[in-house]
Amino acid sequence: MSSLKNEMRKRKANAFLSSIVHNKMALTGTIILGFIILVAIFGPIFVPFSSTDLGNVEDMLLPPSARHWLGTDDMGRDVLANLMSGARISLLIGTMATLISMIIGTLVGIASGYFGKAVDNVLMRLTDFFLVIPWLPLMMVLAAILGTSIWNIILVIGITSWAGTARVVRSQTLSVKERQFVERTVSLGAGSWHIMVRHILPNVFPLIFANTVLIAATAILSETTLSFLGLGDPSRASWGMMLHYAFESGAASSNAYWYYLPPGICVVLVVLSFALMGYAFDEIMNPKFKER
Amino acid sequence: MNDNIFEAKNLKVHYKIKKSFGKGKAKILKAVDGIDLEIKEGEILALVGESGSGKTTTGKALLQLVPCQADTLLFEGAPLEPENRPAMKRFRQKAQMIYQDPYQSLNPRDQILDIVTEPLVVNKLVDTEEERIHKGKEALELAGLIPGEDFFFRYPYELSGGQRQRVVIASAMIMNPRFIVADEPVSMLDASIRTGILKLMVDLKKRINLSYLFITHDLSLAWLISDRIGILYLGKMMEIGDGDTIIHQGVHPYTKALLAVMPKPGQQREGLRDVLEGETPNPTDVIAGCKFYNRCPVAMDRCKETEPEMEQVGPGHYAACHLIDGLQMKQVEQTEQVEINE
Amino acid sequence: MKLLEVKNLQTYFTISQGTVKAVDGVSFDLDYGETLGLVGESGCGKTTSALSIAQLLPKEGKIVGGEIFLEGQDLAKLTDEEMQRFRWNDVSVAFQGAMNALNPVMRIGDQIAEAMILHQKLSRQDALKRASELLELMEIPGERIRQYPHEFSGGMKQRVMIAMALACNPKIIIGDEPTTALDVMVQAQILNIIEKLQKEFRMGFILITHDLSILSETCDKIAVMYAGKIVEKASARDLFKDTAHPYTKKLIGCFPNIEGEKIVPAGIPGVPPNMLNLPSGCPFAERCDYSQEICRIKMPESLEIRPSHFVACHRWEDLINER
Repeated sequence: MSSLKNEMRKRKANAFLSSIVHNKMALTGTIILGFIILVAIFGPIFVPFSSTDLGNVEDMLLPPSARHWLGTDDMGRDVLANLMSGARISLLIGTMATLISMIIGTLVGIASGYFGKAVDNVLMRLTDFFLVIPWLPLMMVLAAILGTSIWNIILVIGITSWAGTARVVRSQTLSVKERQFVERTVSLGAGSWHIMVRHILPNVFPLIFANTVLIAATAILSETTLSFLGLGDPSRASWGMMLHYAFESGAASSNAYWYYLPPGICVVLVVLSFALMGYAFDEIMNPKFKER
Repeated sequence: MNDNIFEAKNLKVHYKIKKSFGKGKAKILKAVDGIDLEIKEGEILALVGESGSGKTTTGKALLQLVPCQADTLLFEGAPLEPENRPAMKRFRQKAQMIYQDPYQSLNPRDQILDIVTEPLVVNKLVDTEEERIHKGKEALELAGLIPGEDFFFRYPYELSGGQRQRVVIASAMIMNPRFIVADEPVSMLDASIRTGILKLMVDLKKRINLSYLFITHDLSLAWLISDRIGILYLGKMMEIGDGDTIIHQGVHPYTKALLAVMPKPGQQREGLRDVLEGETPNPTDVIAGCKFYNRCPVAMDRCKETEPEMEQVGPGHYAACHLIDGLQMKQVEQTEQVEINE
Repeated sequence: MKLLEVKNLQTYFTISQGTVKAVDGVSFDLDYGETLGLVGESGCGKTTSALSIAQLLPKEGKIVGGEIFLEGQDLAKLTDEEMQRFRWNDVSVAFQGAMNALNPVMRIGDQIAEAMILHQKLSRQDALKRASELLELMEIPGERIRQYPHEFSGGMKQRVMIAMALACNPKIIIGDEPTTALDVMVQAQILNIIEKLQKEFRMGFILITHDLSILSETCDKIAVMYAGKIVEKASARDLFKDTAHPYTKKLIGCFPNIEGEKIVPAGIPGVPPNMLNLPSGCPFAERCDYSQEICRIKMPESLEIRPSHFVACHRWEDLINER
């Protein structure tokens, strides 16, 4: 019995994995992201320098060499080491903020779409508020009020980006709610909670997932922006902070490309990989679950 | 002693339609406009009508899936209380629905075992996983899907239309209901598959004294499977009676029109079919007299002004038509005429 | 010369899992003003046959054999461009549920006129005038060409679809389950209209359906299909009175007959064969009450057992004698 169940699960998982492998966009995105994650986790082991090793004055802004593969920054720290630890920070912030955004957006969207009427009105006006407010000034204000620790940054990004997800989830909920199998579940005596969790959520999930992947890209970009503008956590060197220091120390004018290019390129790569995956998952997850 | 499992008097389902931009008055869509019916234990009552007749809405109203009002609405002799949640939960365990479209009525992401046992889970009727699996297997096999385990972990898209409909029936039966509303349960299936499902439904009725409200637009199917037939038009009952009586002795002009165009296998037709003139009125129109007035071939002035009441035509046979007395009179005249001529 | 002659049509579909012989050696003909019914259950090949005639097959389907003679000209051998001329002008199709294919933001009149402007090069004015006439033929007031689809009921929309199919005065109209989703009264109205027009314009009509009961009163002759082949073909009367194939017999039994007994028929056990892997003998053998050894080994030939009555079954004589 359970072996049959496991068999089916394995088959499903295999089908999903093979559809990723066969979709070029998904594959590319997954590979890039996978690589970056691996480097973020294991990279620092291979580099003899820690990101906080301050060097001597003569080690400042050295171009790439055999000793420092990506050169040093304005404080003599190894850029590669910083890049890798920066990866951890940026990815952490990005994923946590996305998680918060996704959870809030889904809760609001499903509740709004399912209950309708007064609940819908209130929640949607709230959503409109967050949609309409320009996110950068809002983020700057919130960061200024709450302080620039890493968790505050995560919170700030999460709070300003859930509204889009909420809207999308709500309209999908509205459409799923009208489907016959939902009515059938009502006729079985199911309560709202059961319907929302067991029927609406699973049918809304592919949309959330595809949307989330794109939000992750935005989150990482937001963090980079905030940090670059000096609102990041100074004690943790994310890519954004590296860019911030790079510009502050005049790396651009002194042509120390090894300092500002690598973090910039990394941000672009991560965002690109998320975007590719987002587009591809939309493709993969939709036709898979067609009933006919 | 055959008690009534369901009894409804003056059942109405009215929807308010708001006009956009506040122009004019709000219209009322009268999906069901005052229907009386009773269904006995172990009986199949068929509701026959065209689209817009209100037959599906009636079924949903009985199951409280749409808001409705009625002078009387009794289930197993006791009034239904839509506000009383525990009472409604108990009611839902005893009254289930089978839907028309086996593709739409199942959640495409759920496995069959979960679909079939969902009623048990939702109503906390099983305590252990073993019990759930056991009951799921029982229900699937009762519906003809043997062996049940083969279907446990499959998804709806892997099953044929007929198999899916059996899953729907299995999940409707798993709580041992007393009453089922079947909304065109076989119209989307191939002819040879239909009979299997119909046989299953009739078997179940015999075995556990199940009652059905069988909704269909196919009069010949209604005749085949049901004990009594009710003919609906635009939210009102036009005629109701025994299956054979309606088919062979139907009196209402609408019933006769339906019988005239009903395709009969093997019959050849001379000339064109007797199609009713005109179109079905909009359910938001306010009609003072008989709803069938504008299409009725034998309408009188009286029909336009006053709505006919349901009157008895024979034992268990009722029709809402001003011509009933007239018809009986005509029949008597005709027989007299024939006797004179002979 | 007959209006339409289909000889040994073979249409195969190539999909990733293999080849599906959707239509495998189907022959029938149709005369001017005649109605042919193609009946069978899902997957039997009736729709594919019709699409083959109208050359509207999807890209996986291809006519691999046989001939389709429309007034003597073989349609199967035409190129795409040549077929463009035939399509809709000579052979048009009315699909099931096609009322959902109407453009919701375009007026009805314009949609009907579209075909005429494209195929017959009429001016917009003339085309709209004709559209109005067509609506009148469909028993809908001609002024309604100015209205939008949402203002029409389901039955009216299907009549609009038929009007579109008739727009270019085709010689043959193919109705693929044209009345399946509709009420019985609307169905009767539509069938009446088609019959009237047939008589007037001497159109050929191929009615495809799974509903045997409407066929007997609408068609002159009926062909029953199973697994891509025609198992029995006869005049409507002969098919019902002199049934010679077990499948036909069982199928007729599945439709309630108010003149008969009130028992739910047994239906046909089993499932249709897998079209990717057809058995070597008769495809109906394993579900057939009359099947014998020979049925599983040898595919029965189509024999003309009475004038214009063809059946493909080894045991047809036993069936006829049982009556």
